[in-house]
Amino acid sequence: MTDASADQSKWSMVGKDPWTMPIEKIDLSHPGIWQANEFLPFMERLRLEDPVHYCAESAVGPYWSITKYKDIMQVDTSPEIFSSEPTIGIVDTYDEYTLPSFISMDPPKHDEQRRIAQPVVAPANLKRLEHLIRQRVCNILDELPLETEFDWVKEVSIELTTQMLATLFDFPFESRHKLTFWSDAATAIPGAGVVASNEERWAAMEECLQVFTGLWNERVNAEPGNDLVSMLAHGEATQNMSPMEYLGNIILLIVGGNDTTRNSISGGVMALNENPAEYDKLRADRSIIPNMVSEIIRWQTPLAYMRRTALVDTELGGKQIKAGDKVVMWYASGNQDSEVIDRADEFLIDRDKARQHLSFGFGLHRCMGNRLAEMQLRILWEEIMQRFDMVEVVGQPERVYSSFVKGYTHLPVKLHGLN
Amino acid sequence: MAGLHAAERSSLLLRRTSWYRSALEIKGPRFMVKIKFIEHSGQEHDVETNPGASVMIAAVSNGVPGIDADCGGACSCATCHVYVDQEWLEKTGEINPTEEAMLSLSTDRKDNSRLSCQIQVTEDLDGLVVTMPEFQF
Repeated sequence: MTDASADQSKWSMVGKDPWTMPIEKIDLSHPGIWQANEFLPFMERLRLEDPVHYCAESAVGPYWSITKYKDIMQVDTSPEIFSSEPTIGIVDTYDEYTLPSFISMDPPKHDEQRRIAQPVVAPANLKRLEHLIRQRVCNILDELPLETEFDWVKEVSIELTTQMLATLFDFPFESRHKLTFWSDAATAIPGAGVVASNEERWAAMEECLQVFTGLWNERVNAEPGNDLVSMLAHGEATQNMSPMEYLGNIILLIVGGNDTTRNSISGGVMALNENPAEYDKLRADRSIIPNMVSEIIRWQTPLAYMRRTALVDTELGGKQIKAGDKVVMWYASGNQDSEVIDRADEFLIDRDKARQHLSFGFGLHRCMGNRLAEMQLRILWEEIMQRFDMVEVVGQPERVYSSFVKGYTHLPVKLHGLN
Repeated sequence: MAGLHAAERSSLLLRRTSWYRSALEIKGPRFMVKIKFIEHSGQEHDVETNPGASVMIAAVSNGVPGIDADCGGACSCATCHVYVDQEWLEKTGEINPTEEAMLSLSTDRKDNSRLSCQIQVTEDLDGLVVTMPEFQF
């Protein structure tokens, strides 16, 4: 019995029959089906029968679900109709707990702030980091035991992404695990494990701000550097940010670079175990890795959705959306849309046009760290294949209790060396 | 013709290379436009294409490396970024607000930057020369 089947919330969809229940009652926002890995058929039914779907009652209030690839593209590329303000999460925020950051801003402010942070994850900067990233990947992999069960999430996925973040922020390396905690706390549902309450979460955010204020003060008085804190401290559009805005942007970059890649690292191992023929393809031809990385990112879709808010009355897929309505783009569903993606329900590491997936979003808010994520995954798999014949999943994985962060909290594996 | 191509462009999202090619071929023989793509390394690729499609499609359907076109031509990813040779810049037409917004977020933006999915191939562009940035981002 998994945690999920113990999910007693009256809103939980766990165990319900996706094909016979009243369609208007389908609610993708409740975390239960995500943790229980039961979300796929619910999304499939919506794509087939009601692709722009209104859920009138849910724990987070009424909202629209957009489930088809092309409709998602349309929403994502129409910021003048579908705003990213006040928040891109499905839960409405309250002022005292709201962190301003450019992911939840519209142009022109979004563009100004993003331009400052973007160069740190631009390919030209990444090229300088590649050697260091590979070294750190090798160090992690070389410490792992052979033929012994361990948790891949903790030892590899979290460790690697945390080290990367510390590198990008030039954060004190020995304190790097704080970054992971702040990231987890920022997106946690109070009471679901990481933090007990909103107050506790806020205490974590305040600690984060305090530490990063120290780094800011240190770097604002030094020569401009290539790390993110220095870029923000010296950037014209960001140097006069309020403390809350600074914290908001720091948290955005921590969460953006942490949960997402972490879960694609775990998700790739799962997908290859569930599709042994694909693992064989990889063993036979390692030049497939860059293409496989895109397919892993599609398959995992580490952020299941982004939310927008309609600014005006509008029509989408024959439905009337009213100004003020919550509109949720389910990337996890669009990435399974067989009308656009050939054999979308199959994990194919050599698929044609693998880069054309929704996991990074499209338009002005397209994932800024996409090239860093791809690079980390590419290097990781290159080095895994140098060392191990198989990363074998040897027990039941546990998944995150969230409809936003789609990923794993635990993945027991055993490594088998090359013969 | 313009209407057909506009419709074609909007449905272009995410069709495959082979599809692009067949879509170009079924219109039969006509005036072919020559385009030179120059990679950041200096490697040149000369392609011939029918008027009507975009410069991005001309590259992708001819296997020119250095253009990712992740969004399939919807002006929403900036991974088909090119630098247009100065003498051709005017002929490639105006930059629309969406393209301007996407380009303005690029770290490699120059004054001759364009998104190649937004340049429609016309007979006036015969001989066009574009260079790719080192990275698409």
